[in-house]
Amino acid sequence: MALIFHRGIIANSQFFSRSSGVLFRRLRASRSCTSARGEGTANTLKEELIQVAPKRALEPNTHGFEAIIGIETHVQLFTLTKAFCSCPYVYGSRPNTTICPVCMGHPGTLPVLNSKVVEFAVKLGLALNCGLSMTSKFDRKHYFYPDLPKGYQISQFDIPIATKGFIDVDLPVEFGGGHRRFGITRVHMEEDAGKLLHSETGSYSQVDLNRAGVPLLEIVSEPDMRSGIEAAEYAAEIQRLVRFLGISNGNMQEGSLRCDVNVSVRPIGQSKFGTKVEIKNMNSFSAMNRAIDYEISRQVLLHSQGQSDQIFQETRLWEEGAQKTFTMRKKEGLADYRYFPEPDLPEVVLTKEFVDKLCQGLPELPEAKRRRYEKMGLTMQDVLFLANDNHVAEFFDASLENGADPKLAANWIMGDISAFLKNERLSITEIKLTPFELSELIASIKNGTISGKIGKEILFELLAKGGTVQSLIEEKDLVQASLIFPVRKASEFIIIVDPAAIEALVDKVLAANPKQLEQYRAGKTRLQGFFAGQVMKESKGKANPLVLNQILGVKLKGES
Amino acid sequence: MPPPPVRSPSSLLLCHCRLPFHISPQTRLPLSHNSSVRRRFHCSAVSALSSDPQIAPTDLTTTPPSSHILSIRESLLSRRRTAADVAGEYLDRLRRTEPHIRSFLHVSETTMREAEEVDRLVASGKDLGPLAGVLVGVKDNICTAGMPSTGGSRILEGYRPPFDATAVRKLKEAGAIIIGKTNMDEFGMGSTTEGSGFQVTANPWDISRVPGGSSGGSASAVSAKQCVVSLGSDTGGSVRQPASFCGVVGLKPTYGRVSRFGLMAYASSLDVIGCFGASVIDSAIVLNVVSGHDRFDSTSSTHEVPDYASFLMSTDHFESTPLKGLKVGMIRETIGDGVDVGVISSIKAAALHLEELGATITEVSLPSFSLGLPAYYVLASSEASSNLSRYDGVRYGNRATVDELNSLYGDSRADGLGPEVKMRILMGTYALSAGYYDAYYKRAQQVRTLIRKSFKDALEKMDILVSPAVPSPAYKIGEKVNDPLAMYAGDIMTVNVNLAGLPALVVPCGFVEGGSAGLPVGLQMIGSSFSEEKLLRIGHIFEQTLPNYRFVPPLLFLELV
Repeated sequence: MALIFHRGIIANSQFFSRSSGVLFRRLRASRSCTSARGEGTANTLKEELIQVAPKRALEPNTHGFEAIIGIETHVQLFTLTKAFCSCPYVYGSRPNTTICPVCMGHPGTLPVLNSKVVEFAVKLGLALNCGLSMTSKFDRKHYFYPDLPKGYQISQFDIPIATKGFIDVDLPVEFGGGHRRFGITRVHMEEDAGKLLHSETGSYSQVDLNRAGVPLLEIVSEPDMRSGIEAAEYAAEIQRLVRFLGISNGNMQEGSLRCDVNVSVRPIGQSKFGTKVEIKNMNSFSAMNRAIDYEISRQVLLHSQGQSDQIFQETRLWEEGAQKTFTMRKKEGLADYRYFPEPDLPEVVLTKEFVDKLCQGLPELPEAKRRRYEKMGLTMQDVLFLANDNHVAEFFDASLENGADPKLAANWIMGDISAFLKNERLSITEIKLTPFELSELIASIKNGTISGKIGKEILFELLAKGGTVQSLIEEKDLVQASLIFPVRKASEFIIIVDPAAIEALVDKVLAANPKQLEQYRAGKTRLQGFFAGQVMKESKGKANPLVLNQILGVKLKGES
Repeated sequence: MPPPPVRSPSSLLLCHCRLPFHISPQTRLPLSHNSSVRRRFHCSAVSALSSDPQIAPTDLTTTPPSSHILSIRESLLSRRRTAADVAGEYLDRLRRTEPHIRSFLHVSETTMREAEEVDRLVASGKDLGPLAGVLVGVKDNICTAGMPSTGGSRILEGYRPPFDATAVRKLKEAGAIIIGKTNMDEFGMGSTTEGSGFQVTANPWDISRVPGGSSGGSASAVSAKQCVVSLGSDTGGSVRQPASFCGVVGLKPTYGRVSRFGLMAYASSLDVIGCFGASVIDSAIVLNVVSGHDRFDSTSSTHEVPDYASFLMSTDHFESTPLKGLKVGMIRETIGDGVDVGVISSIKAAALHLEELGATITEVSLPSFSLGLPAYYVLASSEASSNLSRYDGVRYGNRATVDELNSLYGDSRADGLGPEVKMRILMGTYALSAGYYDAYYKRAQQVRTLIRKSFKDALEKMDILVSPAVPSPAYKIGEKVNDPLAMYAGDIMTVNVNLAGLPALVVPCGFVEGGSAGLPVGLQMIGSSFSEEKLLRIGHIFEQTLPNYRFVPPLLFLELV
């Protein structure tokens, strides 16, 4: 179904009130907006922070004012089918290929609730420390828009499935760190709308209903945040939560996680809130941070110039290019959505057994992980990195299970492994290195079996090709020492890497073979192998061949 | 001790083949072998018919209504007739009567082909579905794949749904042939079919009168034997009121008994699919087929579906007082002021007939009864304002040719929707608006709770409640067009039942003056939730024993002569 609208629709569309800002999101994908925290790599994290830092330096003086920030987050659930029909949803499918009479709102069709939606909602409610409504219901929220097939959205109004919770957040060290607890007002279930695709010329729009009816959880926070970084960290923590819980991919670029932020500013000491402004169109946490800080400074400036009456209750869009917010629409009074109980769906009744079972099945959540890592003696920087991505955390935990030293494991993961991931654009679940081999590697270095440098070499082989630490150690030695020595068990190797010790061995061998040395210096360079063999023999096979050859080469040339 | 109920439709066959228009007495003689021992109950003191002999049907022989479904089945099984013969007969009659009554918005072009298919099935000796070869009219707000389904609205003109409503699917699976889509008030909003976006249906008893509504087309089609049975929908009386007006049996099942999937929603919490038949048995057989839980309708009930038809025993097995011990409550509020005196006397006569059959009649009061009408109009309009939002011209149906979004909505709906629908959307939108919600919608829900409770209390003391189905007989076309309040007031007898979600059966019980042959009056019997079985049994006994039961409209009577 490609519906053509004619000229005029776009300008007009702004007069329609909507609950989400998806419609107005720019469709072009921009790599720079990639949600960095979600990628789970140290370097992108740092880049993100570096981007933000100068912005904060430019922040105007907020002395005497405080910002009040509340966030509505829409999380798209990755259930197999939509919330009320059996259509699948696959992001990026051809328009109108995953639709049916139910999600198209055909006459006579009725919604049937996907039980997974309730399960996911309960999981998130529990993870956000909320109270659950053992009996909740659905309501209809009415507005007209071409992407809303039924003319109403099935949502929850006065009895949301979860209420009154909180979320704990650790602020990044670069921002001064600190622990925060933000209140959660409610979590409710609802369905997503379709999408309008506006033509380049703006003369018509097309409707894609693939997304219509996809389940969402809307999370409403208390107005507890006070700065851009707090808001961004709140959103990042929500993303971590939904990923840890396995209820959403939390991908901001695909619109699986969308944040609408309400910002107001008031003089410190005043209890009444200032006029709130809603900001939409932020495609990353860093954009959230910057957009909010921009908006705060804009409002503070108006306040301090005595123009607080110029702050309107409105929706503003964040423009990444301009690094500014712009008015999208002014609200003319409150929208009346004419909520009333959805008569097509029975009440949602939770049983204690159902909730208990889900409660027991909850994974360890980011906050608990961070506290656990903290107790291991890791730095907050390490803690935040490792607990940011559940796959990374799983990898780390699995390597610890095998006895790896936490600090060393953290260093390997945050350093070489994550650099490799970044270069190869891989996630930690896609590499050939197993947590067990990482712990073996760490142990081999720790007990002196191999040097750190060799360890690094082995690591890259493991990352790229897989295999075991043991076999790689053997293989390496065989390649370089097989000319002379029979294969031995790796356990017999205690590699001598100390250059001084090897140098002594080399000197000894050179002194014992003056004839061969003379021949070598006369041009018979292939005798280097002979000398190497002798040195190795002298070392009982324990000399590091690389170091040996390097020192031998220098000595044979008589350069020292 | 009462005889055991008849267990299967085939055993029912023995006793219900009295179709005068195609089975001669000779042919049915062997089937009614025990007719000599059949007992009849005559109400000597009171006739359920009007006391005015002028308007009573001329043929005074008692012919209790027989099952058309079973006689079709019997004639197919005995190879006396083919499904094609039956279909041909109905189609012929449809073509002759349709210009007068205009019951149908669409008549299927594949009826004969489907009938021949049934004949091939018969020839093959394979099992026939319970509705094999039965021609069913389907109200136009019930979706049928491959046939237009407009809900009587211009905004859906030409719309063909991509699926069958669950009830239609079940009919087809039972072997039924959908003969066409019947006229109705737009989206079910109206009591006359004058609110149809396409045409006005006439009452076969008097073509200057309305057939009732909103399922007027379905009722008149069964009354005029344009089809065997039909499906309707009942939100506030839309099956029962036209059944009363057209002199046919109308059944409104318990909310949730029949899946609403494929029924264009008017007021979702009140809507039910119901059925029309020329006899209680036919209604029972159709209910059997369409009932049951449906995974596509979360509000459909998982309550067990009994074999409704098997509880209907033949008159031959009736005791002298088959309703002995039955406690019947006559709702006092329904037989007082504002109700046509002829209707009251018909209902009282019907009550006396029930008494003759052994029931005890007690007047009961439902104090919240009069609150039902305003509560109903608030709730139904509120839900309608929401349910009809989808008719926006964007995805299907008629779209105005405009180049701006607001006009697209505005013009498509302004052009496509009729005045009654617009009024109810406006009323409902108002009732749900911030600041008015508590005063209207919420309060109406409270009234609904009261009504539910008062019915529950009354039905704890009584087995069934009875009342007129409508306060008046069919009125003239145009009579109430400009007086919507008078039309709404006509729903007083029925809306409470929807608010309480209860089942109700309307059975023709008498006549009042009007037209050339009098106008039929229907008796409404209301039971507790999921007591259809009981209602059908009582209704069956009632109709089979009612003296001078002959509800053949003049239109058809003339046809036959």
